[in-house]
Amino acid sequence: MRYGTAASACFALLRRDLLLSWRRRGDALNPVLFALIVVTLFPLALGPEPNQLARIAAGVILVAVLIAGLLALDTLFRGDYEDGTLEQLVLSPHPLPLLLASKILVHWLITAVPLVLAAPLLAAMLYLPADVLPVLIAALALATPLLSLLGAVCVALTVGMRRSGMLLALLVLPLYVPVLIFAAGACDAAQAGLPFVAPLLWLGAALALALVLAPLACAAALRISIT
Amino acid sequence: MNKLTLWFHTLGSPPYFHRLAGRLAPWLFAGAVLFAAAGLYGGLVVAPPDYQQSDAYRIIFVHVPSAWMSLFIYFVMAVNAFIALVWRIKLAEVLAMACAPIGAAFTVITLATGAIWGKPMWGTWWTWDARLTSELVLLFLYLGVIGLYQAIEDRRQAARAAAFLALIGIVNVPIVHFSVKWWNTLHQGSTVRLLGPSAIDASMLWPLLLVALATKLWFVASLLVRARVELLALEGGKEWARAEAQRAEGTP
Repeated sequence: MRYGTAASACFALLRRDLLLSWRRRGDALNPVLFALIVVTLFPLALGPEPNQLARIAAGVILVAVLIAGLLALDTLFRGDYEDGTLEQLVLSPHPLPLLLASKILVHWLITAVPLVLAAPLLAAMLYLPADVLPVLIAALALATPLLSLLGAVCVALTVGMRRSGMLLALLVLPLYVPVLIFAAGACDAAQAGLPFVAPLLWLGAALALALVLAPLACAAALRISIT
Repeated sequence: MNKLTLWFHTLGSPPYFHRLAGRLAPWLFAGAVLFAAAGLYGGLVVAPPDYQQSDAYRIIFVHVPSAWMSLFIYFVMAVNAFIALVWRIKLAEVLAMACAPIGAAFTVITLATGAIWGKPMWGTWWTWDARLTSELVLLFLYLGVIGLYQAIEDRRQAARAAAFLALIGIVNVPIVHFSVKWWNTLHQGSTVRLLGPSAIDASMLWPLLLVALATKLWFVASLLVRARVELLALEGGKEWARAEAQRAEGTP
């Protein structure tokens, strides 16, 4: 029996996941709606004073995106685990890290990219200064794939658990702390008129590292939780 | 097989470890209490008051050894986790998981004593300083390991998953530490150094080291006791565990 090449397997997986998401395209809006609502809550709680909101805007948007990503993590393997596809992936002759990397890529495209695209809207709602917006978007563009990759490792450990929501938050959030610090650091520096490139470079370096290591770790974690 | 490997494999056998740990633990506990009593006497009574903080500094005799232990235990847990994942040794899994609650307890003690000291000295219970924040994140990592271990039904699979998380965590600890350090810092640097002279007076150093030794002994003793219980629970159906239980109850 012939299995085809690893590249063709990844390609087929990408196509399948994208198609599945397209069939349920309404779901892609959920993280954006969630972030939108969370951001709406802050002016209601803190008062509509523009200066105050502008000062916390970048941080609030980053946290909203982070939590939206956390809530969306569960869907990464849930469907595939329930219908047995995930076991077939683990059993397949192709390298599991590559297959998982394709899955994570699609998950990032579906759940995180809409959030990055919605960032200008969120920024406008909180009066973020216009010159900080490009930095925020750059930080988000680097941070969200990093969050997806780190989250995938943890969600692979909890796959198959019925009520994993709170536990997943406990596992994932400590790992998200450095990402949040660097992303917020870049935005803060830009807002204060200081050089902001260094934290962005840190994020980029972490992303490069995670791109290589996280799929491997994710595969190892998945092999532990699917026995 | 050479002697060292043989000893390693013998130690890894649950019945042997159970007996050995049972014999060692009381002595270790006794040693810990003895050293802690001597160290605390030296620290709370003999050592002179600080010229700036007067008697308030004395909390370091609890705070600093606990802080050392909070990191040390994480390291021990990660080493055991690594052994458990690579060589699939059951005892290493048990030891790694037994480390987590002890480490979490030391972390809580560190944070609590730090807060109690911080209130009169810094004027606040808590500040978002690098060391405090990374210690807090360390506590969350411990809680994550414990939480994951408790959440999975199959004990061995749970131990492997939690061990994996502990390994990811140890990569994260230095990253968190340096990122928050870069972000904001108030906590003083280290005064006790392994290499070179320490910036602490000898009259304060020796009680500190004694208490540190006591916490190490206490950790090992506590680890052995916890691992014994966990091993019995894990191996409940085996012959040696039943024999052990019958011996403990005094029935044949």
